Amino acid sequence: MTGVALQAVVENRGFDIEFDVAAGQVLAVLGPNGAGKSTALHVIAGLVHPDRGVVRVGQRVLTDTAARVHIATHDRRVGLLLQDPLLFPHLTVTRNVAFAPRSSRAAAAHWLAEVDAAELGDRMPRQLSGGQAQRVALARALAAEPDVLLLDEPLAGLDVAAATAMRKVLRRVLARDDRSAVLITHDLLDVLTLADRVLVLEAGRIAESGSAATVLTTPRSRFGARFAGVNLVGGTADADGELTTRWGTIWHGSPGPDMVAGESAVALFNPAAVAVYRDKPRGSPRNTVEVTVAELDSRGSVIRVRADEQPDGAPGLAADITAESAADLRLAPGDRVYFSVKAQEVTVHLSP
Amino acid sequence: MQRVATSAGLPRWIYIPAAVGALFVVVPLIAVAAKVDWPHFWSLITSKSSTTALMLSLETAAASTALCVLLGVPMALVLARSNARLVRLARPLILLPLVLPPVVGGIALLYAFGRLGLIGEYLNAAGIQIAFTTTAVVLAQTFVSLPFLVIALEGAARTAGADYEVVAATLGARPTTVWWRVTLPLLAPGLISGAVLAFARSLGEFGATLTFAGSREGVTRTLPLEIYLQRESDADAAVALSLLLVAVAAVVVVGLGSRQLRAANAWSPT
Repeated sequence: MTGVALQAVVENRGFDIEFDVAAGQVLAVLGPNGAGKSTALHVIAGLVHPDRGVVRVGQRVLTDTAARVHIATHDRRVGLLLQDPLLFPHLTVTRNVAFAPRSSRAAAAHWLAEVDAAELGDRMPRQLSGGQAQRVALARALAAEPDVLLLDEPLAGLDVAAATAMRKVLRRVLARDDRSAVLITHDLLDVLTLADRVLVLEAGRIAESGSAATVLTTPRSRFGARFAGVNLVGGTADADGELTTRWGTIWHGSPGPDMVAGESAVALFNPAAVAVYRDKPRGSPRNTVEVTVAELDSRGSVIRVRADEQPDGAPGLAADITAESAADLRLAPGDRVYFSVKAQEVTVHLSP
Repeated sequence: MQRVATSAGLPRWIYIPAAVGALFVVVPLIAVAAKVDWPHFWSLITSKSSTTALMLSLETAAASTALCVLLGVPMALVLARSNARLVRLARPLILLPLVLPPVVGGIALLYAFGRLGLIGEYLNAAGIQIAFTTTAVVLAQTFVSLPFLVIALEGAARTAGADYEVVAATLGARPTTVWWRVTLPLLAPGLISGAVLAFARSLGEFGATLTFAGSREGVTRTLPLEIYLQRESDADAAVALSLLLVAVAAVVVVGLGSRQLRAANAWSPT
């Protein structure tokens, strides 16, 4: 069992990140485009030389800039799976999976069966669907017996059915073999079904990290909140669980266990807990803010009302209302409305 | 790759200059064929001097194509994959023979490998003569053909990208293994079309050969040189040989070339 430890600075990409993945764990890496997610994988795989840093897999040091150590990619035992399966087009599926020096025809048959692709062995890659090709690519990566699996949005190009099948296979092989993996994704389902821990990157830095459950229920970063579909307001907390934003709005809530008075904090609440009014509601113990509607989006039976982004640039607050109330309110982008949330629906947490 | 079946309506007038251009290329070829003394065609092209020249042309063109592949494949891959300053500076120099008049190339070769040349001086001292030998023919043809192969292959290598090679490395394959089992097979279609281009260019080489290798029958007098010489004494033979060269070139380019040129991205899913 081998874990991964990464600490690296890549100056021309503004990348400065440190994390580790315990043996057998799956770390999901989230973040907006350009946050440095792929760079992290490339440093681990030895495709990018960091300006300063150390990469360890188990007891092996793969990169150590201070000691001038840089193991070549082919000696790292690091498997890489990208959005494009990149099966070698001139080789059959079996020969693809048997390509790695550690692999063999027998190993190929075994791993093809593992990814539910046993019957595809004699086909050429161009005869496969996207989902089949990606499962074969996973078999090929696993047949090389890597210590770590690096997954860079392997499900992003697949349709829903193919992604579901691939997710099932990934969950099975990752859980059983106790192999560490780093998974870059934009999909909540991947985090829910595959990840033990979550890391959110923003602009080459770690914005937050924690267990998958924590980040999905009580995110502390803007991207994490947007990803989990939770409203997040940043500010400073006082002892009663009252949060004051930089632009002077006060949010009443209940203090979370980790909140420290006087420190920067985030107020979190669910879009379903937000009520929307045309006129300012009066005389209730509620948090009420005036916002401009930016967009309306239908999600099944509910309508998500997204407001313009907050004064500090954080994603705009969201309210989930029924289609009937949306029709009654006759909302359109650009309207000024009031968002109202009960104090007991708001929790205030320490922000990183 | 999906393509739209028809073009989105070119302006009609554009077909006129296009047709003029096509005629400009085709009419001279028809003119040669029309001028041929057909009753004596076979005896003209099977004369001893003709067959000697044809065989020499095929042999030297094959040798120079082999040399182009041997040197050009590594050159193309270095040009396509390396970002080093030196490589970027060297690129236009290497491709210079594409636009250089072949006679100038021949003179340059003479001053490099000739008896008094930069390198030839030492080769001569070691007892090796290159200028005005069959070796010189091969070198002259390689000099002008190499850039054709390099440029065709470099484009193919750039289009293919380095992603497959990266994946192969993560699977534990060493760079030499990756080269033989991934890089070269993926470039095979581009390599074949590049080699065909180089062969055709070698077959037609005239200026550099004449300057650097001279015109010795059976040693350096290739088919284009033979045609030029016969034109003075026996115009009918020159015309017949010209048609022969057109036919050989057509077989090479139409039979193999265009199919392979189209198949340059044969591996991409259809």
